Amino acid sequence: MPTESKTAAEQAGETQKKRTAVPDDGDTRRRKPPTTAATSESSMRTETITLNLGPQHPSTHGVLHVRLELDGEVIADAFPVIGYLHRGFEKLSERGWKKAIPLTDRLDYVNGWGNELGYVLAVEKLLGVEVPERAQVIRVMLAELNRITSHHIWYGTYGLDMGALTPILYAFREREEIFDLFEELSGARMMYNFLRFGGLHKDLPSGWEEKVGDLIERFPAAVDEYEAMLTNNEVFRRRTIGISPLTREEAIKYGVTGPALRATGFDWDLRKKIPYSGYETYDFEVPVGSNGDCYDRYKVRIAEMRQSAKIVAQCLERLEPGPVITDDPRIAPPARERAADSIESLVQHFKHVTQGIEAPAGEAYQRVESPRGELAFYVASDGSALPLRVKCRAPSFCNLQFLGDISRGCLIADMIAIIGSLDTVLGEIDR
Amino acid sequence: MGIERFFGETSIITLRAEQLFDWARRNSLWYLTYGTACCAIEMMSAGMASYDMDRFGTFHRGTPRQSDVMIVSGTVTYKMAPVLERLYSQMPEPKFVVAMGACSISGGPYFEYPHVVPGVDTLVPVDIYIPGCPPRPEALFYGWMQLQEKIKARQPERIAELKRLRMDEKAGKAAAAQAVESEVASLVSDSE
Repeated sequence: MPTESKTAAEQAGETQKKRTAVPDDGDTRRRKPPTTAATSESSMRTETITLNLGPQHPSTHGVLHVRLELDGEVIADAFPVIGYLHRGFEKLSERGWKKAIPLTDRLDYVNGWGNELGYVLAVEKLLGVEVPERAQVIRVMLAELNRITSHHIWYGTYGLDMGALTPILYAFREREEIFDLFEELSGARMMYNFLRFGGLHKDLPSGWEEKVGDLIERFPAAVDEYEAMLTNNEVFRRRTIGISPLTREEAIKYGVTGPALRATGFDWDLRKKIPYSGYETYDFEVPVGSNGDCYDRYKVRIAEMRQSAKIVAQCLERLEPGPVITDDPRIAPPARERAADSIESLVQHFKHVTQGIEAPAGEAYQRVESPRGELAFYVASDGSALPLRVKCRAPSFCNLQFLGDISRGCLIADMIAIIGSLDTVLGEIDR
Repeated sequence: MGIERFFGETSIITLRAEQLFDWARRNSLWYLTYGTACCAIEMMSAGMASYDMDRFGTFHRGTPRQSDVMIVSGTVTYKMAPVLERLYSQMPEPKFVVAMGACSISGGPYFEYPHVVPGVDTLVPVDIYIPGCPPRPEALFYGWMQLQEKIKARQPERIAELKRLRMDEKAGKAAAAQAVESEVASLVSDSE
């Protein structure tokens, strides 16, 4: 219908003007918003076409499927289609409290430590258990190292999306070093299954701290190298500055959290606002942006890598010898060498292995700052060894909500920039 | 194929074209980046500088039409299954499938969940299984070398197959049908 498509084109043009409003930093090199005036003025009969982006597409970071309605090269509408990776985390978690820990690793699979930490903290809240100081410091250290590796993946793939092939090779250089450390500690490169209720599975291997210290010392120079490749790259800047600017109000309205929210200038970081695991005692800054566009999201994440390295360095200073898991026999099984010492510890060990822990009836909610935003776990118990309900609030899921609205009026190429800047992980969106 | 005489003045190599193609094929296997979940990240690691998968002559392609191998890395759900089948059908022959990780082998940690496909071999024929959750890049390389071995080992098979096809053509369809009939008859009489 000519009249209808004309209206759609006009609407798209209006939205475009609104979305790519030039922020007040006087940058005149910014690309002009694409105009659909030619189409709407002429009497040419046009109609939108549907294009499927994904679910198998190198730039959708997994199995995200976006159904695009295109008016020429301009996006008239975008519908994210999710559910291609629905693996039933919440239902399978009801098999047992402990048995959910390995599944949390696979939720947001580039942030294993952070997910484990969120879930373990939620259950610990329910159990009312004290975590030893050393275990808390190690947890924070691991979570921050994992934030760095997660941002490595984002940095590398975002470079690829923007046409820069080199950054990912640099990002994986440090990432592999950190992975080697994780592997030495837990035996796995990605799926750790290492945190336990009330502490950690094991203490750090000898010499591990020195290796981390060595890495952290070299890390700021590495981030400088990352920045040298993209921050002032003209192609990169033109493709990201002014793309999908989000205001603070909009971000809050959509439930956006994490770097995408902080890029709008709102310093909402749960590590500062609602601290957990002793984050309030660490000295670090919360990087914020100003325009809320793709470029600001990039800058916030890069700055976060530096801050994470700072936190890890502080953790290393604080590490004091001590236990890494609570001595409450209700929660932690006896050490392997003590298991056969007395009949009580043998019985305890047997109960832990066959039955698992029993959480008191009640419910708990714990949120943590994952590299993508506010990750939260809601756990409910009826007093048995099986969880009544485990619910995960995934940051990527909420961050994806505004994709349809924000991309209306953008070009298809901008869509790639937007999806990449959100750093979604489909594992936690579909759960 | 005597390599020591390769550079001689009058050196001649005789080999079947199919042997030559297979030799080229197994040293330049381009793979489709069909990454669905966690294993895709390890697949990325394998392609990066520290492991450098490119030394096997591989290269990742975003489209099935330019790929020889599909590495199914990650969980496949029933919503994704038609996509997988379609991608497989879009790949040109000869094509291979590598099931990377526990999920694509059997459903892995999610095998109990009804939305998860209990192994991609229920959808497409799988050549190589690489266990692990996720497998290390080294494991992927081992699987890759096994795939190269497999391509090498199936040469006589493929040549026999081609020979049979040509013979069928020569003999004509009627003769082929008659041969089948007589064979069936002999089998029936044997079993009797």
